[in-house]
Parts: sequence; structure tokens; C-alpha cells
Amino acid sequence: MLRLPCAGLVLALAFSAHAGTRKEVVVFAAASLREAFTEMGRRFEAAHPEAKIALNLAGSEELRAQVENGAPADVFASADQKHMAALVEARLAQEPRTFARNEPVLVVPKGNPAAIGGLKDLPQARRIVVGVPEVPIGAYTLRILDAASQEFGGDFRAKVEARVVSRELNVRQVLTKVVLGEADAAIVYRTDAATAKEKVEVIAIPPALNVLAEYPIAVLTRAREPGLAREFVELVLSPAGREVLAVHGFLPGSVE
Amino acid sequence: MLELRIARRIGALELRVELTLDREAALIAGPNGAGKSTLLRLLLGVLRPETGRIALEGRTLFDAAAAIDLAVEERELGYLPQDYALFPHLDVMGNATFGLARLPRRERLRRAGEWLEKLGVGHLARRFPAGLSGGERQRVALARSLARNPRALLLDEPFAALDPIARRELRGSMRSWLQEWRLPALIVSHDSADAVLADRIAVMEHGQLVQQDTLEELRRAPASAFVAGFVSATPDSA
Amino acid sequence: MRLRAASAWGAAQLFASALLGLFLLLPVVALFAGSSWDDFSSGLRNPLLLPALRLSLLTTGSSLALVVGLGSLVAWRVARNPGRASRWMEAITQLPAVIPPAVAGVGLLLAFGRRGLFGGWLDRHGIALAFTTPAVILAEAFVSAPFFVQAAIAAFRRLDENLLVVARTLGASPFRTFARVGLPLAAPGLAAGAAMSWARAVGEFGATLFFAGNMTGRTQTMPLAIYTAMESDLHAAQALSLVMVLLAFALLFILRRLAPGGALPGTELPGA
Repeated sequence: MLRLPCAGLVLALAFSAHAGTRKEVVVFAAASLREAFTEMGRRFEAAHPEAKIALNLAGSEELRAQVENGAPADVFASADQKHMAALVEARLAQEPRTFARNEPVLVVPKGNPAAIGGLKDLPQARRIVVGVPEVPIGAYTLRILDAASQEFGGDFRAKVEARVVSRELNVRQVLTKVVLGEADAAIVYRTDAATAKEKVEVIAIPPALNVLAEYPIAVLTRAREPGLAREFVELVLSPAGREVLAVHGFLPGSVE
Repeated sequence: MLELRIARRIGALELRVELTLDREAALIAGPNGAGKSTLLRLLLGVLRPETGRIALEGRTLFDAAAAIDLAVEERELGYLPQDYALFPHLDVMGNATFGLARLPRRERLRRAGEWLEKLGVGHLARRFPAGLSGGERQRVALARSLARNPRALLLDEPFAALDPIARRELRGSMRSWLQEWRLPALIVSHDSADAVLADRIAVMEHGQLVQQDTLEELRRAPASAFVAGFVSATPDSA
Repeated sequence: MRLRAASAWGAAQLFASALLGLFLLLPVVALFAGSSWDDFSSGLRNPLLLPALRLSLLTTGSSLALVVGLGSLVAWRVARNPGRASRWMEAITQLPAVIPPAVAGVGLLLAFGRRGLFGGWLDRHGIALAFTTPAVILAEAFVSAPFFVQAAIAAFRRLDENLLVVARTLGASPFRTFARVGLPLAAPGLAAGAAMSWARAVGEFGATLFFAGNMTGRTQTMPLAIYTAMESDLHAAQALSLVMVLLAFALLFILRRLAPGGALPGTELPGA
């Protein structure tokens, strides 16, 4: 019986020792960056064989909370300026640079069961899913709805919110509900819709009513690998990095 | 020589016993609730007396005034509880060698083996307690305790768990063993037939010793109704 | 009249059995059905699976070691030393069982997070606890401890005191009595408690998510991987779920082997 605790101790020690072979660069990135940053990480590892990229993908507000609560991380890439600004204010991040922008779009399940023709038709969907207001896509959605209320009538936002059946913690969970057919309509980024193109249909939002998401990236002040972290950020901002982002449907970080 | 003079209150029972045994066996008799088993626990060190002193072969096991209270494992007492308490997860040899952990393996096995043989259960060395009869278990338990050369033996209702035939048989063996070993021994029993084992009978009632003497004396002048009843039920020593 | 009441009662029992049985079976059956072998095997190849499996095994192994190591000592003390202190200790060890896991996660964060009660002190000494692999182990240990400790206390309580006293008279120290007599005889009960505790730890989700986060390779255990897989690869979610169901079946099988009836003779109290 005493053997069990001993075995466990050995396991725990072995586990903690295991992380020591390559230097680990921990990148906290918004959920919508999943594919783009996975590719980015592979390129970085190819160029830096001594490094290993560990990606933590989640809603930007969740990542920010984790950093504030002491989670060890080297780089933070957010889907809006608000969460990055909060970390800069708390002196946990420094010198953020905007590296990409993203276009919110309307998505519906393949076959468009609620027959949504455009943003104007959104209230006729029986079940709508959005992001929680704290998460970037959720905040952008509210701004879009407010702009739409100016255009289509003051109660537009209220009518849409009456149809909301769930608020998700990150944009990928919003997308999944549409893919599963649990939602008739939702607002996600164009890049997310592209990852599920056989299962959803994309409907553009009129540019006058739309908001462009801005993605800042920064090295965190308590980074364990600040040198490598800076190099990762440089990669993201470099032409090679911009190409990876463009391939996945992101817009350039600044209007050039 | 075992000398004890102790007192302790437990709930409603006020226990006060003074007893000296010089290489002899004493039967501790008494009605239920008299405190017989409590007395053993006080001697063992499982329970602490409030006042008094216990000495064994010149060694002080307990002394309230001098703040001496030896741990159970240091008292060198042999103890047989009512159901013998053999360790079910060890075989007979494992049980018998349990108290000899300080000795090298070969010595351990030799000594335990000797005692098992002496008590007639050497052939059961590889068997487990669950498969043994009551009488066999008692002998193994005795061997286990005696292998440590204890300075006194405490037996709690040694035959209560046996059927009448095994009881008679083992009582006879026990009598000759006790006479052979000449250890101070305290035998707690409510069965007057066990009087044959002892040189002296001490009767407890309500935590106090009401009479302490040979069987003949108890018969001649019983100090209480219980004593009178107890000795009348006792068969004459054979 | 009696006959009708009897058959109505019988019918009610049958109906309840059918309803409950179907309700409990259906989700499990749905996991097995509803996907082809190709989908399942492609799901098994999802990059989330192996890190999550490895992490779950490593962390639950460690948390089990922690819980069993500390819990055995505590349970022994509580079982063999009745008194007010023991009663309090017993109540404390039962606490996590009545706290919802998410609440436990928040509590752990407030205690050990960077801005937390104890975590602030740790942070000043360069130790980060929240959102690390040790945080997973702590969260799992927190929620699973009661299951082992309660079972251990019960198992130690069932021991015949005479066995322990005799061991002491044979020269065994209190520690040796515990290690050579108490532990072996209580082992079946302890093992069953450990199995229950491990099951709870493996399935832990809420406390882990809040206190340790959800990062592949570092804190993403099997349940969290399933949660995450739902975002991108439903077949992976299904495959992972099936792996966990199989683990659960294995555990159920082990538990039934260790259930009471596996207790050694002599561990019952006299008169039992």
C-alpha cells in the first residue's frame, strides 16, 4: 500500500522533469487564431529548433483573466484592443502591435433553414447564438446590432436578442452551434466560417454597419522566454507571418 | 513478581485494585461489569490509571507519582484476548514471528518454531488462522506471545471461545504449562471451572477486590454472595 | 381489490425501471452508435487525444498518491482516536464533496491564484500555481479526497481493536501496528475508496477549468479535451468520450471485485 504514494511521487517528478528538453514559448491566442497560429508555430519551430510553441487557445477575456491570475505565458494575441489594453494598464503586457484584422459575418447552417437573406432578416431566425458580451465577438456583435438598429428601426437589437438562446465563451463555440444545427444564425469572423465551409453558409454584413475586429499582439512582462517571445511576435508581424494570416482569411493589420 | 496498586474511575465504575503475584497464576473472577477486562487494559497500558504503581520483575511500568508510563510495546507482557486475535493476513509462522522483528530471520524462525512445537502446533506453520480450530488458534496465540519471553501473561476468558471438549482438554494443558513456566499470570474468567489453573482467586465486584485467597479459603469463608455462588459451582481440583 | 393494488404496484416498479434504465443507457449507447469506424478512428487521431490522455493519467496518478498518502494517515488518526478534534477533521474532509466543482475552482483560485490569499505569498517567491499542471493535480486532489478519506475512515473503524492491542504487546510501535496490521487488513476498503477517488478525479472538469485553465499539454485533461474538441472536431469529441466510457466500465468492474465481501475475516468487530 505504501508503494502507491511512492509511485505517484516518481510520476510527478518525472513529469516535471520532462518539460526540460526544448525551451517552451507559451502563446495565449484568441480562439479564432487556431489554424493561423498553429501554422505560425510550426514555422517558428522550424526556424528555431531549440524552441517549442505551446498554444493556449480560448476566448480573449478568459486568457486575459488567466494572465491576471498568474498563468505563466510569454505572448498574448487578443481579438480586440480592450483586453490587451487592460493587461498593458496592469503592466502585464508591453508594446502591443496590431497584426491583423478580421471581418465579422453572418453564418447560417447549410440549407439556411430560417431563410435569412441578409442582416435585416436576422430577427426571423428562431434560434440565434452569440458570444457573451465580454468576449470580443460578443462585443462586436452588440455594436453591429446597435448600428443596425439605427438603420432598420430602434427595436432591431431587442428583437434579435429575444431570439438568442445561448451566449458562448468564444467564437468557435458559437460556430459549433451553427454547425450542429442548434442555431439558425450567428455572427462569427469570416476566418472561422472558412474552417467549416461545407457545413455553413456565409452572409456578408453591410460594411456600413459592420465593425472590423483588430488583433493586437504583445510580449508579456513576466515571460519566461522573453527573447524567443519577441522573435515570435516579429515573425507574426513579418511578411511571412502576414502571408500565413492572409491565407487563413485575415485582413492586414493596418490599412496600407 | 508482578505488583500492582492502581485506581481509576471509568464512567460509573470506581476501580481500585491491589495485587501481588510472585510467579503464580491468579484467577480474576467476578460478575459482568466488575471491571475485570478493564483491569487488564490498565495493566497493558491501553488505559492509564489515575493513581498508583505497576511494577514487574523490578521494572516500573507505571508510577503516577513519578510520572512514569511505559508504552504498551515496552511492557513485555503477553496478552491473549478473548478471541485470540491472530492476524488473519499472516500464516501461523508469520503470527508467531511477529513479535521477533528485531531478531535476524533465522533466529526468528527458530525461536518461533520451537514454541509452536512445544505447544503442539508446529505442523500448522504454513496454515492461515481462518482454517484452524479454536484450540489450535489458542495455542498459536500463546506461542506468539511466549516467543517474546514475556515477564507476565494476561489471559482474557481464555476458553470462552471453545466448545466444552476443547475447553476441558486445553484447560488441562494450560494448567501444566503454567506450572512449568512459572510466570506471573492473570486469568480473567467468569467460569468457575477455570479455578484449577490458578494458585489464587481474586474476586472483583464493582471495581473492587472483595476477596483474594486460595480456593479452599474462599469456600470456607466467602466474603460475598457472589463468591459463595462462584465457589459452590467450582468442581474440586482434580 | 388487493390483487389490483398489487399488480398496479408491480407495474409501477416495472415502468420506473424501464424509464430510468432507458434514460441512463441512451446517452451511453448514443456514444457508441451514431459514428462509423472511420469517423471513430479519425477522431482517435485528433492531436488533442494523446496529450489529454497522458495528462489525465499523470495528474490523476499524482493526485491519487497525494490523497492516499496524506489521507491514510488522517483516516487512521480519526478512526482510532475518537474525540472532538477527530470529528472536526472528519467534517473538514467531507467538505469538498458538498461543494460544487465550479465553486471549488473559484475557491482554489482565490486561495492560490496570483492575487489570492496564499498565492500572493507564493508569487512573491516566484512560484506560480494557478494555470499550471500542479494546479490540475491540486484541483483533482481537492474534489476527490473525500471519497478516499471517508472509505478509509470506515475501513479503519471496522478493524478489531484487539488485533491492534495485541500487535502493540508484541513489541510493535504505533507506526508498525499501522503499517503491518492496520493497513493490510483495511486494504480492500482502502482500495475501493481509492478507486472511487480516482474516478472522481478523472472526471473532474469545473474546478480544473477555473483553477488550471484549458491548455493542451499543460492543463487540458480528458474531460476538458472533450469540451474543446466539441468546438472543432465532433468525431474527436465522440472518440474521447468513448475512451472515457471504457475507462469507466473498467473501473466499475474493479470496484465490484473489491466491494465488501472481499473483507478479510477478523476485520469485522466481534459479534458481527
